[in-house]
Amino acid sequence: MGMTLTQKILAAHAGLETVNPGQLIRAKLDIVLGNDITTPVAINEFTKNGFSSVFDKDKIAIVLDHFVPNKDIKAAQQSKQCREFACAHCVSHFYDVGKMGIEHALLPEQGVVTAGDCIIGADSHTCTYGALGAFSTGVGSTDMAAGMATGEAWFKVPAAIRFQLTGKLPANCSGKDVILSIIGKIGVDGALYKSMEFTGPGVASLSMDDRLCICNMAIEAGAKNGIFPVDDVTLSYLEGRSERTPKIFEADPDAVYEQTIDIDLSEIVPTVACPHLPENTRPAAELGHIKIDQVVIGSCTNGRMEDMEAAYKTLNGNTVAPGVRCIIIPATMQIYKECVQRGYVTAFIDAGAVVSTPTCGPCLGGYMGILAAGERCIATTNRNFVGRMGHVDSEVYLASPATAAASALTGYITYPKEV
Amino acid sequence: MNTKGTVFKYPDNVDTDVIIPARYLNTPDAKELSKHCMEDIDADYVNRVQPGDVMVAGWNFGCGSSREHAPLVIKTCGTGCVIAKSFARIFYRNAINIGLPILECEAAAEEIQAGDTVSVDFDTGIIIDHTSGKTYQAEPFPEFIQNIIKKGGLLASLKEM
Repeated sequence: MGMTLTQKILAAHAGLETVNPGQLIRAKLDIVLGNDITTPVAINEFTKNGFSSVFDKDKIAIVLDHFVPNKDIKAAQQSKQCREFACAHCVSHFYDVGKMGIEHALLPEQGVVTAGDCIIGADSHTCTYGALGAFSTGVGSTDMAAGMATGEAWFKVPAAIRFQLTGKLPANCSGKDVILSIIGKIGVDGALYKSMEFTGPGVASLSMDDRLCICNMAIEAGAKNGIFPVDDVTLSYLEGRSERTPKIFEADPDAVYEQTIDIDLSEIVPTVACPHLPENTRPAAELGHIKIDQVVIGSCTNGRMEDMEAAYKTLNGNTVAPGVRCIIIPATMQIYKECVQRGYVTAFIDAGAVVSTPTCGPCLGGYMGILAAGERCIATTNRNFVGRMGHVDSEVYLASPATAAASALTGYITYPKEV
Repeated sequence: MNTKGTVFKYPDNVDTDVIIPARYLNTPDAKELSKHCMEDIDADYVNRVQPGDVMVAGWNFGCGSSREHAPLVIKTCGTGCVIAKSFARIFYRNAINIGLPILECEAAAEEIQAGDTVSVDFDTGIIIDHTSGKTYQAEPFPEFIQNIIKKGGLLASLKEM
């Protein structure tokens, strides 16, 4: 029986000729990742169980991104614990304030992750790196601790759903509209325990930023991972970036998929996920007059350069509507710097927005944009659960940067014009 | 291993943000975190739960974040086990790794009512609702996972390898 792309990568890392869905395997890891919230729990488990050394200092990445620059004393303690552990074990991929970025934007940008890798991260959005043709999945802190100690993790080989992409996205749509449409179609547990394999002639038209955004939200459909095949877009992105040589795997022609879903990219429309689940999607054009108090453009889902470009195109020379707080968060220092160099930051400030240093902050209701009772936000983030961005009686609508920026100008959820 | 207690019932798609809101994640201390277990969906849970009580929920329990703090607070505040129609995959993994008993059983999760007295035998997967008199059989764990549980969690099981 043929194997999917995910199954091929898992088999190679488990030292097996073939693997089958449902099979339990131990696989070797290329990168083990944690952040300032999940790493302290992993360090405590690591130490408590008597481990004294990490398996490979070059294959561990610790990124301080959720609550840095530290939001309070307790958060500072957690960062300090990560810092001391990274120093004690000479962790080469340790990213602190000044070098950090939101982990899932940072690791691909810095070439820490590459095609063909097998990656675990103590953060659910670790599935992002599937965009590079890697197997990558979110785990908890205990798995991170075990990964740091042994360089291996256990997996149940996932069955797959194939998304056969054709056509090309309209100008006012991006990867975010694709993945929101898919989650709206299959539901928040539509791909539970499975891999989401994106294939077809439509893949070539999607930029790397689109692919990273699409794989990032695979977890919001319950998936174990999302993955794209390696093509010219991947190779040109990886060139000059990857620390290690990319390994190109391909799905077997007779690979078995539980289901195939056809997606015509040209039929995608600007899409919004209404409270309180990412599956509650509606075309932006069909939403009524929904007034907003805040706009957040950023996060591991949509804080990359193309997202900043989309925000700039809409906000430049215009003014954020009265009564709306517009918060823009470039996801890494490199993206931040490029926004400064290109004049985006000046344009954002002139429009009445604020620009923050990279942080996950508001996405998970940490800080830097918390909502009060009764307030409503349109955000380019990934979750709109009850209380996700603040008070339990606040609301989050998920959308693309183009839709969020258009809404910032009007003060209500707004269909982004064709550019 | 088993538990017996009163049932607290929750809907489909209970996410990790309501199990333990991120605003409290500035500490890894399980006791302190557990004061906020289920706060945004059932603020009274931590005051009412007694050791051994049983959480019963619908599909996709524990969806969202990878935070291990979620199963940890459920366990730390005394909950004996969680029965659901299905679990989100990272939550499922984390619960096993930290030793929170969880059981998948659609019929039990559908029929058992809030306030019922329920006992659960983790070795056999048998769930008895003493209020209704009904008995249910949950899916047993694969042997591989049973070994992790028997050895006291993932890291303890690795030490023996």
